[in-house]
Amino acid sequence: MKHYLSSGIAASLLLGSASFAFAASELTIESWRNDDLSIWQETILPAFMKSHPDVKIRFSPTAPTQYNAALNAKLEGGTAGDLITCRPFDSSLDLYSKGYLKNLQGMATLDNFPDSAKGAWSTDDGSATFCVPMAAVIHGFIYNKDAFAEIGVEPPKTQAEFMAVLDKIKEDGNYIPMAMGTLDQWESATMGYQNIGPMYWKGEEGRKAIVAGTGKLTDDGWVKPFEVLADWGPYLGDGYEAQSYPDSQTLFTLGRAAIYPSGSWEIAGFNKDTDFELGAFRPPLPAEGDSCYISDHTDIGIGLNAASKNSEAAMKFLEWMGTEEFAELYSNAVPGFFSLSTHEISLTDPLADEFISWRKDCQSTNRSAAQIVSRGTPNLWNEMWVVSANVINGKQTPADAANQLQKGLSAWYEPQMD
Amino acid sequence: MVIERKKKPFRWHVLVFLGPAIIVYTMIMILPLAETLRFSFFLRDTSTQVVSFAGLENYIKLFFDPYWAKPFLNSLWNNCYFFLIHMLVQNPIGILIAALLSMVHLPGRKLYRTAIFMPTLLSFVVVGFIWKLMLSPLWGVSKGLMKSVGVGSWYLPFLGKEETALTTLSLISVWQFIGIPMMLIYAALLSVPDEVIEAAECDGVTGISQFFRIKLVLILPTIGIISILTFVGNFNAFDLIYTTQGPLAGPNFSTDLLGTILYRTFYGQQLQPGDPNMGAAIATVMFFIILTGVAIYLFFIQRKLTRYEM
Amino acid sequence: MAISRARRNRMAELGAHIILLTFAMIALFPVLLILINSVKTKKAIFRQPLEFPTSETLDLVGYATVLQQGNFPLYFWNSLFVTGASLCLILLFGAMAAYALSEYKFRGNRLIGLYMALGIMIPIRLGTVGILRLMVATDLVNTHWALILVYTAQGLPLAIFILSEFMSTVSSDLKSAGRIDGLSEYSIFYRLVLPLIRPAMATVAVFSMIPIWNDLWFPLILAPAEHTKTLTLGAQVFVGQYSNNWNAILAAMALAVIPVLILYTLFSRQLIRGLTSGAVK
Repeated sequence: MKHYLSSGIAASLLLGSASFAFAASELTIESWRNDDLSIWQETILPAFMKSHPDVKIRFSPTAPTQYNAALNAKLEGGTAGDLITCRPFDSSLDLYSKGYLKNLQGMATLDNFPDSAKGAWSTDDGSATFCVPMAAVIHGFIYNKDAFAEIGVEPPKTQAEFMAVLDKIKEDGNYIPMAMGTLDQWESATMGYQNIGPMYWKGEEGRKAIVAGTGKLTDDGWVKPFEVLADWGPYLGDGYEAQSYPDSQTLFTLGRAAIYPSGSWEIAGFNKDTDFELGAFRPPLPAEGDSCYISDHTDIGIGLNAASKNSEAAMKFLEWMGTEEFAELYSNAVPGFFSLSTHEISLTDPLADEFISWRKDCQSTNRSAAQIVSRGTPNLWNEMWVVSANVINGKQTPADAANQLQKGLSAWYEPQMD
Repeated sequence: MVIERKKKPFRWHVLVFLGPAIIVYTMIMILPLAETLRFSFFLRDTSTQVVSFAGLENYIKLFFDPYWAKPFLNSLWNNCYFFLIHMLVQNPIGILIAALLSMVHLPGRKLYRTAIFMPTLLSFVVVGFIWKLMLSPLWGVSKGLMKSVGVGSWYLPFLGKEETALTTLSLISVWQFIGIPMMLIYAALLSVPDEVIEAAECDGVTGISQFFRIKLVLILPTIGIISILTFVGNFNAFDLIYTTQGPLAGPNFSTDLLGTILYRTFYGQQLQPGDPNMGAAIATVMFFIILTGVAIYLFFIQRKLTRYEM
Repeated sequence: MAISRARRNRMAELGAHIILLTFAMIALFPVLLILINSVKTKKAIFRQPLEFPTSETLDLVGYATVLQQGNFPLYFWNSLFVTGASLCLILLFGAMAAYALSEYKFRGNRLIGLYMALGIMIPIRLGTVGILRLMVATDLVNTHWALILVYTAQGLPLAIFILSEFMSTVSSDLKSAGRIDGLSEYSIFYRLVLPLIRPAMATVAVFSMIPIWNDLWFPLILAPAEHTKTLTLGAQVFVGQYSNNWNAILAAMALAVIPVLILYTLFSRQLIRGLTSGAVK
């Protein structure tokens, strides 16, 4: 034992002392988008480094579930990367007000973004902007064109048509009508409630009413989408309660499900993994002739770590993110993530093009819990995950779910207190 | 034990023996933890970011604000249940396997031992992934297996149902860690002195009754240690839930443990900003819960156990 | 032994085999499932998950993806080195402290024992920010040493707790004899006591090794750099990146399992020898 111990320690000391030096001159981007790792490594960063040969830059993603925790710890400890990928609204605002993100006001290419985009990464009074808007994602339904042709159904426009299509697919029996699971809960909230909801709560109008305290989450426009979700259960795959997000994706890409409620961010992956033709349709209108609202969510930005030792080089990258070159490159490299800049860009991916075309007829809105109303306890966004899953699982009635959200919000949010 | 020698000057060797452990432990574990726990007496104003002393406010909120107390008690209860399943399933099965393995001249015992200990060596990432996949309705492995033994109709989306999720996860955790009690009890059984066994056999106590009346009694201290380690491990558990059910420990918080609520509160999640102050309060309460459990063991149970020690 | 008893023993043996085989199957089945499916085509993974690969369904594309992307041999080495070095320190420092606490009477003995036991009860993860600051101040971030120190601190309380229990079983006659022979306190510890508590050391080694090998959190915070990334962290990043490339994920899982299997097979003989040879017979 003695021999074993001492030789072990000697070995560890020897090896440990050769600990590798850490290259400091390189910029690091913190991100949760580990799906995009190869796109950044092979397309986006090389393009930047070609025009800026003096700057070296590395994309370093963390698993989405650990991103916030790991980032917070690294920021506090002072070891976070130079460039920080920003979630929209409050979680980044929190980083800014703690002094971890630099105010980017005055950066030249920031003017290439409309206020609506910058709003997701600005203080409530708009005096400071702390992340460069990168992309928005649009909610909708992706479908298997071959399956639709085989069964003989057309993409639905209204809720009634939507239900008729689901019934028909179910009757046909060859396909699971919709690929969605409730295990991860956020699928229920984002691909369910936030996907179809804006049509009912009338987009920004409804969202702003909640923030202002003039509307309530128990109003018709907020309960109706839950009622629609409550009918989804029978059209999902067997055991959907234990189906995770990757399970849903697989179910659809293997061609076993006909419709996939989701959003534009799936496009890149689906293009690669499917061998059938893909189409997309908008969330169904509540009734013929209603006006159209889509969730066009400002999803990703990039900010500058206030403690960065390479802020000059990092600023070069941020400036570049505001150029047309980046907008064009990024939107086409990661189809389905739409650049937020005002540049006119052409999309080569037909499916991405379909999604973005909805902006012409529909009004865009952000996810309803993203701004201001998720700052307290209980956290509205977390609660939305839980109750949306409950409603689809048939564990909670739509009215109950809406009540729980409203009660929780009014417990701490002053404009909503009675 | 060495009796204190009167004239001996300061015993440097005691310091040398204790020094490294105390230094490493204090610097890297105790000081950072104390710093964290100190947070629990402070509050951060979310608009001005000013941190100020708040006394017991976080604790009062945790116990009396229904939006904190209810989730907290829920996770405490779930945790007790999680522990109970381990005690009822993991340890008895561990004892059974160890007893069978310690049978004299059992060929192939090395293979069994290796196989059963294997899952213990796997990381939570792998375990979570394997079982999520096994139980996934998409893959249908568990359904197919259940069908093949004629209980196909019992299949449920186990991880997705409030009624079954926590039990399922507890059993997965038992699957993963059963090797530890097995190994420790196996070693303890091997160390039961031959004379004791021979004496028992002379008295005609053999087989199963010998096991229960002699061996089991002799290895009670080991079982005690295993129980307390299980307790501490279970009340710190978090990774398995996090990798299979996600940060909100669904469905409907039915698999929320103290570890998961603590982690979520401390570091935040998506749109929920992290709250280190409240997180520290939860951690402190957890600490006292575990301390109480360990104290009960040390002062009541272990004392009774050691009486039987050889 | 009487003949009837021998027969009964044979029956009992058969029963034991059946029970043990069942548990061994339960333990191994999920792992085997991963290994089998990691070499099949995506369609076959989902259509016939329980079947062995045939010449038609055999597909090694997953492994190709993993080996192209990941740096798994390096990750494995990192995990091995960090775990090994931490274990050495835990065993050495832990045994020394446990010996001091159980062997010598001095003021504050009990208090120090309790102080060391505190660490069992609170997850070290909570001290992350403080630890990270310390590592930044000492310039240890993104080195193996950051992890080794944390794991040593984390493992010591349990090691001391278990080892102290066993230390008290070492006969005091032996130690007195050693002292009469003029051995120093250090020699008594190394040459007389340590060999006797080998089974306890093996126990501690197993107990400490598992959480270290499997830890995801500290590698993520303290040493996320490519050259210090551990196997667990590497596998997790990979799973996120290829979240529905089942071939690649299953292959990554298999590659994470196989070294552990080999390691354990090598290590288990040592472990069992340690557990049994020093036993208090």
